[in-house]
Amino acid sequence: MSPDHPALADLSRRLTAIPALAADALEAEEIAVLGRKQGELTRQLKALATLPIEEKRALGGELNRLKLAFEAAFAARRGELSAAAASAAIRDLDLTMPARHSWTGTRHPVTMVVDEIVAIFRGLGFSVALGPEVEPEELNFTALNFPDDHPAMDMHDTLYLDQGGGVPTGERLLLRTHTSPVQIRVMRDGPPPYRVVMPGMVYRNDAFDPSHAPAFSQIEGLAIDEGLTLVDLKATLTHFARTFLGADTRVRFRPSFFPFTEPSAEMDVGCRLCGGSGCPACKGTGWMEILGCGMVHEQVLRNCDLDPERWTGFAFGMGPQRIAMQRYGVPDIRLLYGGDMRFLGQFAGEGA
Amino acid sequence: MKASRRWLEAFLRQPLDPADVAERLGMLGAPVDSVESLGAGLEQFVVAVVTDVRPHPDADKLRVTTVDDGSGTLWNVVCGAPNVVAGGKYPFARLGTTMPGGMVIERRKLRGQPSEGMLCSARELGLGTEHDGLLALETEALPGTPLTAVVGGGDHRLEIDVTPNRPDLLGHKGIARELALSMRVPFRLPPIPEATTADIPPPERAAAEATVGGVRLAIDDRGCGRFLGAVIRGVTVGPSPAWLAERLEGAGVRSINNVVDVTNYLLLELNQPMHAYDAATLRGPAIIVRSATAGESLVTLDGVSRKLGEGMLVIADAERVIGIAGVMGGEATEVSDSTTDLFLECAWFEPSRVRSARRAVGLSTDASHRFERGTDRWGALDAFQRALRLLLTVAGGRIDGATVDCQPTQVHPPRIFLRPARVAQVLGVDLAWTEIERCLVGIGATVVSKPDDGRIAVDVPGWRPDLLAEIDLIEEIARVHGYDNIPSELRPFRPGLRVDDPAWTAAARVRAGMTALGLSEVMTLPMVAAAGDQAPKVLNPLSAEHGVLRDALIPSLLRQVEANWANQTGNIRLYEIGTVFTANGAKARPIERLAAAFVISGDRHPAHWSEAGQTASYDRWDARGISERLVALANPGASVQVEQDRWVFRNAAGEQVGWCGMVTADAPPWALPVFAGEITIAPGVVPTVGYQPLPVYPASVRDLALLVGLDQQIADATTLLLERGRRHELVAVAVVDEYRGAGLPERRRSVTVRLTFRATDRTLTDADVDRAVGRLCTSLERELDITLRSA
Repeated sequence: MSPDHPALADLSRRLTAIPALAADALEAEEIAVLGRKQGELTRQLKALATLPIEEKRALGGELNRLKLAFEAAFAARRGELSAAAASAAIRDLDLTMPARHSWTGTRHPVTMVVDEIVAIFRGLGFSVALGPEVEPEELNFTALNFPDDHPAMDMHDTLYLDQGGGVPTGERLLLRTHTSPVQIRVMRDGPPPYRVVMPGMVYRNDAFDPSHAPAFSQIEGLAIDEGLTLVDLKATLTHFARTFLGADTRVRFRPSFFPFTEPSAEMDVGCRLCGGSGCPACKGTGWMEILGCGMVHEQVLRNCDLDPERWTGFAFGMGPQRIAMQRYGVPDIRLLYGGDMRFLGQFAGEGA
Repeated sequence: MKASRRWLEAFLRQPLDPADVAERLGMLGAPVDSVESLGAGLEQFVVAVVTDVRPHPDADKLRVTTVDDGSGTLWNVVCGAPNVVAGGKYPFARLGTTMPGGMVIERRKLRGQPSEGMLCSARELGLGTEHDGLLALETEALPGTPLTAVVGGGDHRLEIDVTPNRPDLLGHKGIARELALSMRVPFRLPPIPEATTADIPPPERAAAEATVGGVRLAIDDRGCGRFLGAVIRGVTVGPSPAWLAERLEGAGVRSINNVVDVTNYLLLELNQPMHAYDAATLRGPAIIVRSATAGESLVTLDGVSRKLGEGMLVIADAERVIGIAGVMGGEATEVSDSTTDLFLECAWFEPSRVRSARRAVGLSTDASHRFERGTDRWGALDAFQRALRLLLTVAGGRIDGATVDCQPTQVHPPRIFLRPARVAQVLGVDLAWTEIERCLVGIGATVVSKPDDGRIAVDVPGWRPDLLAEIDLIEEIARVHGYDNIPSELRPFRPGLRVDDPAWTAAARVRAGMTALGLSEVMTLPMVAAAGDQAPKVLNPLSAEHGVLRDALIPSLLRQVEANWANQTGNIRLYEIGTVFTANGAKARPIERLAAAFVISGDRHPAHWSEAGQTASYDRWDARGISERLVALANPGASVQVEQDRWVFRNAAGEQVGWCGMVTADAPPWALPVFAGEITIAPGVVPTVGYQPLPVYPASVRDLALLVGLDQQIADATTLLLERGRRHELVAVAVVDEYRGAGLPERRRSVTVRLTFRATDRTLTDADVDRAVGRLCTSLERELDITLRSA
């Protein structure tokens, strides 16, 4: 046989017809051509064995090429037909019908703020320290350089534990008014250097109203080492503000007073609502107070048996509820203490 | 502290912009909370001339006037002021004018006479406290001229947030000093207008006892460190001059009478509270500073009778207590309109004594606020002499004999040694010596010696009781130099060496797990209205709603479920991580546990239209599923166990660490069941996942329908199967169905379990698996009396 063998011509013609075949005809044709027992091409290939060597070589090559071409053509046509069938099925659907979902949970918006703050300070070498929420007066006030019976105490409306009386002043138990007792616990726990952030719940004898709560979150930080200065405080907290609020955030430090730091400062950031031009949110100043900070007071270091001539450092603290209220535009702090699914649902998927 | 812009201007001798003042004070550590513009809205008022004054036919104290306001119309105005005269010019509020208090002037009748506008006093315009008559305008201005063209711009009242360490900022002089420092301009005490030139004798110095103007003076309690006194006779108690009343008004203090105003003026100007007694009422006559004895009491100026605690620092005369030192004077010795002789007191009291007294009597006053923060004991003399001159100027009279200055002990202002090297160690910048000196001199300190041995002696001013040590001066240097002028550059640092508190890590792990299950975190108040017997109580809660510390989280979560129901929300999935408390005896700190809890109710997943309204609801098996996840994350090693008819969580030591089950709440009829669970977080190590080689050979699966007794637990059967099946290559047992009902033997149910067999070294044959199933069925029957349903 030669390449213009009539069988070859017939097969070539059948090959070109494949793209037009319908599904059942396609299946029948595939068997008729490639079938293991009766397929025309299979038969031709088997018959090769009876031919002389030159013919075998010429015709064999041609038949094998045809076999590959048939296989590809059948597969392509099958794909076309099934895609067409699928799209025909879809044509009957309304694809605007709503999707099937699962419930999406969320961390609390205050947790999101705390986690973000922790993550930023982690990058600056800080780790997380925690402490109890009920503390003796000594740890909450005395060790932190609050003079006994001083007006500075008026800044903290303290909730005391009912111990039935008879407990000497200084040993009375209270609900910590700030997370600062954790600073003392850290400093008394081992030698510097320290670099910790201390998130936790703190308590004040405040009414529960749109802008106050008797318990709220606080996150403080403490860094103590040789050679830390006000310059490090400013640089660290400025970097925090820019990471937390945006690289173009304006920052300023104002003098302030806390018994446990000296020098003390408040850090303001440029108001994000008005961009600094002044609005009701920032009381027209263009600035928002975000945290209090300062160099750890010498007396606090001494109270923890650290030599202030050798060790210096800084501390800072901020209120995640206030930050969450500003960030998410929550007008009433009490929303942050409730489990209203309509409220929490708004945060679902937000960095959860 | 409320400060008057005009008063500050008097110190600085230049006009001040209140916004600029606020900015400067803020950057020095005294933020201005608000600025109130006094006399704002004056542009509505005009100058008017009264052309005629007639008596009111039906009221003795009222008069009817004719007013020309330049509009061409003459108005009939009824007026009650005694000083209205024909031809006088006064501020006039036309019909429709809004007064500073918000009242709108309308046409109305006063005792039958129509009135078409209002002639105004200074106070009605917010220009001062003068209310005894109309504000008479000495002006050539024609009727109809806007009032603002005649009277100067109003004052501004600045509300300054003064920190407790800065008593000096509770007086205008202290604020002016800070402004002068910021603006780099001088400041000076304003002169007293038309001051008397009378000689004020310098005080005679004494220790603890003296006599002045016939009054015996004794300091029997060292809580009084200094006491200046004088007797002034022949004063006329009456209204203060306008300038004095206006200054006080600017600072938010009402003018009372000239004597009281003088003491208030010095309080607001130099932060020095003073007290004037009616000298005629002093028995003895004597003034004795002593501690109160048991049972004494005093009717204070506010008319309240107060019991005095033993040891409280008081002022007494020869017979009785006449004042609580530094807090408030007594009614019996109060200056009245008929007083002619005064005893003026200017003292320094120990701050802690004033504080404890005012706390004991529950009475905070402008004086106690200042004394307990510390007044200037060395500046008291200047304040006292200024007060005497002001008093003689505005109330007349003369000083009887000498004045006296009692100091039981001599105390000098502290001297502090400052090392410039230490300034650099704390602030991180090397400041020039000239800058350090500028800062210190600016706050009123005296630099006694220049640095030679590496330190400088600094005498701090008496008005700064907060400056006690070197670090206090370093803060002042930073403050005055300006925090903005300290560089902000991150220098190399050592990271901390502590590892995260394991409770923090555990809480974060639980939080991530619960959130992934579709639950939302809440943060409820840790104080609740009621809890268990062992829950610690708060001594001084503001509300009984928050009187107890919670001993569990679920009750608070259930309140949140109810709140959601109240909002017609029935699909509720909440969790909380927080501290719970258990009392541990009266002395010891309560036991604090970090706990995690969840609550679920409603649809298991968001409803989908394909379910035709038949979305499945959460049931107890969901609760168990969440619990198993919670237990694994929160308390590694613990497990969910069945006890009676509920699930409890026990740790490896067998201690109960939580529970889970159906709970009840105050539910509306449409509400679906609520399930909850709570566990103590044990900050342990979650076992590291160990990689298992993936299976190579196929598994064989067999389903067995087992007849299980109604009182039997399927866990017993699955445990037995797994144990016995291990050597038959049984790798998993799953419960896939349960059937109760017809066709079963008495008190039996059918539970289908699916057994998965797989060997690690070969493909199991059907014969292998048949043999294994046969042996396992025999074990079940022999040990648990469980048979195959088909058998």
